[in-house]
Amino acid sequence: MRASDLLHPRPEGLYCPPGDFFIDPVRPVNRALITHGHSDHARSGHRFVLATRQTLDIMELRHGVGYAGATQAAALGETIAVNGVSITFHPAGHVLGSAQIAVEHQGTRIVASGDYKRQGDATCEPFEPVKCDVFITEATFGLPVFRHPPDTVEIARLLKSTAQFPERAHLVGAYALGKAQRVMRLLRDAGHDRPIYIHGALAKLSDYYQSQGIDLGTLEPATVESGGKADFSGAIVVGPPSAFADRWARRFLDPISSFASGWMRIRQRAKQGGVELPLIISDHADWDELTATIKETGAGEIWVTHGREEALVRWCELEGIAARPLHLVGYEDEGD
Amino acid sequence: MNRFAELLDRLVLTPSRNGKLTLLTDYFRSVEDPDRGLALAAITGDLTIAAVKPAMLRALVMERMDPVLFGYSYDYVGDLAETVSLVWPQSPADIANHEPTLAEVVAKLQAASRSDGPKVLARLLDGASISARFAIIKLVTGGLRIGVSARLAKQSLADFGKVDIAEIEELWHGLTPPYAGLFAWLEGKAEKPERTALALFRPVMLSNPVGDGDLEKLDPADYAAEWKWDGIRVQAVSEGGIRRLYSRTGDDVSGAFPDLAEAMDFSGTLDGELLVGDPQATGTFSDLQQRLNRKSVAPKIQQQYPAFMRCYDVLQIGDEDSRAFSFRERRGRLEAFVRTLDPSRFDLSPLVEFEDWQALEELRRKPLHPVIEGVMLKRWDSPYLTGRPKGPWFKWKRDPHTVDAVLMYAQRGHGKRSSFYSDYTFGVWSGPEGSEELVPVGKAYFGFTDEELRQIDKYVRDNTVERFGPVRSVRADRRQGLVLEVAFEGLNRSTRHKSGVAMRFPRISRLRWDKPAAEADRIETLQALLDG
Repeated sequence: MRASDLLHPRPEGLYCPPGDFFIDPVRPVNRALITHGHSDHARSGHRFVLATRQTLDIMELRHGVGYAGATQAAALGETIAVNGVSITFHPAGHVLGSAQIAVEHQGTRIVASGDYKRQGDATCEPFEPVKCDVFITEATFGLPVFRHPPDTVEIARLLKSTAQFPERAHLVGAYALGKAQRVMRLLRDAGHDRPIYIHGALAKLSDYYQSQGIDLGTLEPATVESGGKADFSGAIVVGPPSAFADRWARRFLDPISSFASGWMRIRQRAKQGGVELPLIISDHADWDELTATIKETGAGEIWVTHGREEALVRWCELEGIAARPLHLVGYEDEGD
Repeated sequence: MNRFAELLDRLVLTPSRNGKLTLLTDYFRSVEDPDRGLALAAITGDLTIAAVKPAMLRALVMERMDPVLFGYSYDYVGDLAETVSLVWPQSPADIANHEPTLAEVVAKLQAASRSDGPKVLARLLDGASISARFAIIKLVTGGLRIGVSARLAKQSLADFGKVDIAEIEELWHGLTPPYAGLFAWLEGKAEKPERTALALFRPVMLSNPVGDGDLEKLDPADYAAEWKWDGIRVQAVSEGGIRRLYSRTGDDVSGAFPDLAEAMDFSGTLDGELLVGDPQATGTFSDLQQRLNRKSVAPKIQQQYPAFMRCYDVLQIGDEDSRAFSFRERRGRLEAFVRTLDPSRFDLSPLVEFEDWQALEELRRKPLHPVIEGVMLKRWDSPYLTGRPKGPWFKWKRDPHTVDAVLMYAQRGHGKRSSFYSDYTFGVWSGPEGSEELVPVGKAYFGFTDEELRQIDKYVRDNTVERFGPVRSVRADRRQGLVLEVAFEGLNRSTRHKSGVAMRFPRISRLRWDKPAAEADRIETLQALLDG
């Protein structure tokens, strides 16, 4: 069967006609397969949701009980038949619970990778390359300028700065699901054993990570009640980036603002955001990972979605691989 | 090389002066010679490396990657050096097991001839990390642009060695990269380097502003008064055929004023104000600006805006150091000395006669010439001291100008102020009655109290019209807007700003919550100041 008859974009999201389901739909649908728990991929209000156990847990934490009519947990590597279409979830290495979804029908296999990365991450299962006919790749960092350094190097810079400026709090902006916990875990692995202070928006998800056996050490709320301003001197505080521009941040005396994101590779981005200490830590594949992954899947055709599609399509052309942009609406290509 | 690259990356994003000083002193402490000295030279602009043109850099990268992909990348990043540093293809085999030091990189670049320069650069980029590639490209394209002045670099050396910055300034022009002797002294491992070079800078004497109640305690008879000229403070040193003009922080500015340097056919060190025009018809600060911040200056500009020096002190004549003499004695020597110089290039700053402080106050308020910005008081019996001692010299400035302007944009600050909108762009009305619009005339980020900052911040958040990254545009029209009383020292003509004026030293002097936006000042008020 033609690949585009198996999966194609609709306004609600990527649709599979023979299986009658959507992958990561942006509007409420009857049957949704969800790759991971980030809010632009995992919306509430679907009648039936199929996702990994951890993604389902995360959706419930974020949207509350009753976020979907019915749910089914997909075990990694286990094939499930949906209206005669074979579905298999494979780890994507993006955040806890994240998965690629392999869709197979009448001899054609398409892998919708969702968001993914190849760099090691102690807070989630590593990405698993899956042989397929069509590979749907994200392209958040789909330009040759995006090259993420090892995350340990970035964390070492953060710790060096805390030693250089022991009197100042270091505010690390990091998205609440995944990045924040990864940063905390990296700090622990680098030997930082002081309590890490967190913004309230991170509490539930961080507790969940800890309950899944991911040790983040002692986390304390960064509330004023827990101490005066001086108490935060030299401390590392993790919170969502938006909080640091907000009045919330006034409790910290002369802080150093830091931001853990793949966008921090571009100096101007750091400058515009008033970031003094950019940490290039990303949960998305960088250019080299994207191109290596495309080759590894052996796919004869690549569909490129959210991000800088044109550069990755160009690269595929130069490599002699058929590729086209897949225009899906409603995803935040700025995420990370 | 990576340590230097990391230093540059941090400096460019660190807004606070103290933060920069910490980064620099830590670097000097942890990095050995000659790397740290070369880094210092790169920052102060004293490192000479044959320049590579941007077109050449582009050609180098185009040989190595698909032009279309390069185009997408460059469009996205917007900065050539940064784009090339990021996209430069690197195979694992290129990464040498030895990371090159800054000294090795500089040596290779300096040894390269014009024809093999690009090849040498490419080899260096092949073996470097991304940050190091960026630093190397910055070295060869000239201009690090990291927001660190030579003065700040010298301050960091002073902090590093726990010495007074005056000692660094005094030595600086006799030293050459990589400054091993300087670092050895600052670390207490060697004697202070000797001043052997000719025509070195001597740290200048600075004044304090007259504060409330200061004058009541002083006897007018103990002080001489002079006009305070609004030019740039210079020190003219001529010794053994070497002629140098230094700024008050010890930067060599001779290159920008060859006409004045030419006339320095004396042996000695003079302190004074550099002005343009001629001693009989002194030009304004706007005229002077035509001559500032230039490495070299065209003959036509030199003729149109000739530089001269209004002398007010003498530090040395021939072999005699006069700094220990009293001001009265130095003044006598100065008067005799200036008479021997070219009168179109050197004149004497006249003394202002006055009976008592009241009389001087009158003169201060109504100066004779627009380029006078107040009066100076100098104790007759004081020696020439380095730095800013309290007591012997005072500056008593004319009151600042003020204008009522309307807040237009606010930008978030840094560090302590990162969650406050603390940098304000303000404008005044322009255009015909009935269709007035605001034109921005300046930007200020101090002058208000912490409490006022909180109030303005709230106003900005409550009245935001649009956001652009860290900047918010604030509602400002005839019916609503926050009026700020802005104090400033003077106005310059500006071709860069739409309003045609640029303020000097603007700060917020008062918040006019009471004043309707429509009653703020018009641009004509400022234009009148320019023409006067």
